[in-house]
Amino acid sequence: MGITFRKETFRDDYTFRNSPEHIRRFPFPFNEDAYMYAVNIEPHVVGPKGSVLENLIDVDEHYVAEMQDRALVLAEDPLRCQSLPHMTLAGWDLLELLMEQQALGYPEHFTLERNGDRWRWINRPLGIDDTFTFGDTATLPYGPMEYITRQSQGDFCILDQRDGNLWMDAGMVTTQADWSLDFDIGMNFFEWHAPVPLAHEKGIFTRALKFLTNIQQGKPARRLNWTMTINPRLDTSPENYHKWGPDRATVTPENVGQKVHLRVELQSFWRLPRSNAIVFPIRCYLIKMDELVTQPKWARRLHRVIRDLPEELATYKGLTRYRPTLVEWLSKLDDGSPTSPGFGPD
Amino acid sequence: MSTGTTKLDVVVSDVVPVNELVTRFHFRRRDGELLPTFSGGAHVVVEMRDGDRTRLNPYSLMGSPLDTREYTISVRRDDVGRGGSLFMHRQVKPGLEMVISYPVNLFSLDLRAKKHLMLAGGIGITPFMAQTSQLAGAGGNFELHYTCRTASLGTYADVLQQRYGNRVHLYHDDREERIDLDRLLSSQPLGTHLYVCGPAGMINWVRDRAAALGWPPETVHFEHFAAPQPGAPFDVTLAISDTTIRVGEQQSLLEAIEAAGVDPPYLCRGGVCGQCETNVISHDGKFIHNDHWLSEEDHRSGCKIMPCVSRFEGKSLVLER
Repeated sequence: MGITFRKETFRDDYTFRNSPEHIRRFPFPFNEDAYMYAVNIEPHVVGPKGSVLENLIDVDEHYVAEMQDRALVLAEDPLRCQSLPHMTLAGWDLLELLMEQQALGYPEHFTLERNGDRWRWINRPLGIDDTFTFGDTATLPYGPMEYITRQSQGDFCILDQRDGNLWMDAGMVTTQADWSLDFDIGMNFFEWHAPVPLAHEKGIFTRALKFLTNIQQGKPARRLNWTMTINPRLDTSPENYHKWGPDRATVTPENVGQKVHLRVELQSFWRLPRSNAIVFPIRCYLIKMDELVTQPKWARRLHRVIRDLPEELATYKGLTRYRPTLVEWLSKLDDGSPTSPGFGPD
Repeated sequence: MSTGTTKLDVVVSDVVPVNELVTRFHFRRRDGELLPTFSGGAHVVVEMRDGDRTRLNPYSLMGSPLDTREYTISVRRDDVGRGGSLFMHRQVKPGLEMVISYPVNLFSLDLRAKKHLMLAGGIGITPFMAQTSQLAGAGGNFELHYTCRTASLGTYADVLQQRYGNRVHLYHDDREERIDLDRLLSSQPLGTHLYVCGPAGMINWVRDRAAALGWPPETVHFEHFAAPQPGAPFDVTLAISDTTIRVGEQQSLLEAIEAAGVDPPYLCRGGVCGQCETNVISHDGKFIHNDHWLSEEDHRSGCKIMPCVSRFEGKSLVLER
């Protein structure tokens, strides 16, 4: 039995919803009642059945709708997908990785047939059946990175590794939490992280870079990051700030449950074999407050985390304007009883 | 988390003598599957089980990255080394089951380069075998200058000339042929990247001349795995593990730590990657630093050591391991 893909939107009428099963598999990012930065990186290995880690590249009920939303973003702004000339080989590496992983995890939806460098890719949810020559860009309708990332959930940054640093030299970025590939393209690890508060002082980026440049083939790693978004909008880009920024002023005690979303990024890091580059998939998961609080443990814990978040972090994550309203709403669901350890619901 | 690599179970599929010093070894996966794809310049660490000793030596992959049915390495026999190359030459036969690491690349091509200028000395030719295959397959622009002692010791010189014709330039020591380095470095088009692999003296010479001629450091790439040197035995206390070990004459400090059941992370085992960097808690004696990772300041400080290649002489050494 395959996935039942939802028909839904991430803009205009915002019909995005999570099914009850998808609420329970949501990657809730807090394992204790407080949050501070840490280098929370762990091996990206397969996790429990029914979790978002069941496969290393996760495909879920939002797949088709997310791909349609990506196509809309790209039609308006082609610069969301860029690849510097030396990154084509890394694009082929990524195409291989995503085709292999999706076909492995979801054989009922995706099939990859390889006959030497002649490959056939069948993507049933999107109605695609293409045969092409691996390594020959002329045999695909787009460059290899664009081709496969139009068929894969999440944003993808490909980082070239040289001079002991990582360089943002290619990417497909349409579901981002307020950052811009077009702005960051060509920057190195320290340059593109410059706006993040507190973490530099803790030496986090120096340690993280050392870790990332040593990521080995066959041993991917992952971490979770989070923020909040008003309305289930995937494309919260600086380019479109005028479309979503003002939404933050629309939160009222009556609409918190429907409008405010926890936005979690499952970030993973993979060494690419031919190019020696690193690919950094940033997979975005959204959940409405009304959906999240169906798990009482998550409701209590989120209340405590948001209430006690350091001011700099609240500002950086863009929560300042509606934080009091959200904390007040969540407080009614927090009876003060203890929460069990770990991320999962009780 | 451990930053070591995943292991591959392989079988030796062929052993081919190349000349009087160099032998080539071919590996295939025992399960018959394809090996992982790799990039030109990558190495694997080969585990050698020699009686009760285990040696772990890095060797560059020299086959085409486009062909992952087998991996090939070339090993130069070193009669005065610690025995790893002799083990390979004498004990490793077709059919032997061995364990190697996943490929790791610490000598990667910079794919932005308009031209790749490669300088090889002796067995330092091996990473360029893979890199030239990779570039040739993609229409890349490269030029290789290769120095060897004699024509008969010019490992793969014939193969390279056959494949790439006048893109390959050979220099034989016994004919007193020398690379005119300053002229070569001064006549390259803008956007050229320089790669050098060979003996330490050659690497230092090339890096020094490139710097003197104004090459930006980020365009100069080099690979030098220092083989661990034998030396007088010494004792080491591992403070965290609460144990004292002896490092044998033919053993590296890292190997002795591993033999005690402690597993520091490693990738290159040649003083380059930085993974096994270890803090010194106290010492009374003299360090013999052989690595290319720590700064001179670190070496002088006596606070750090790279146990893969460096040794110690003196009364006592306590490490944070």
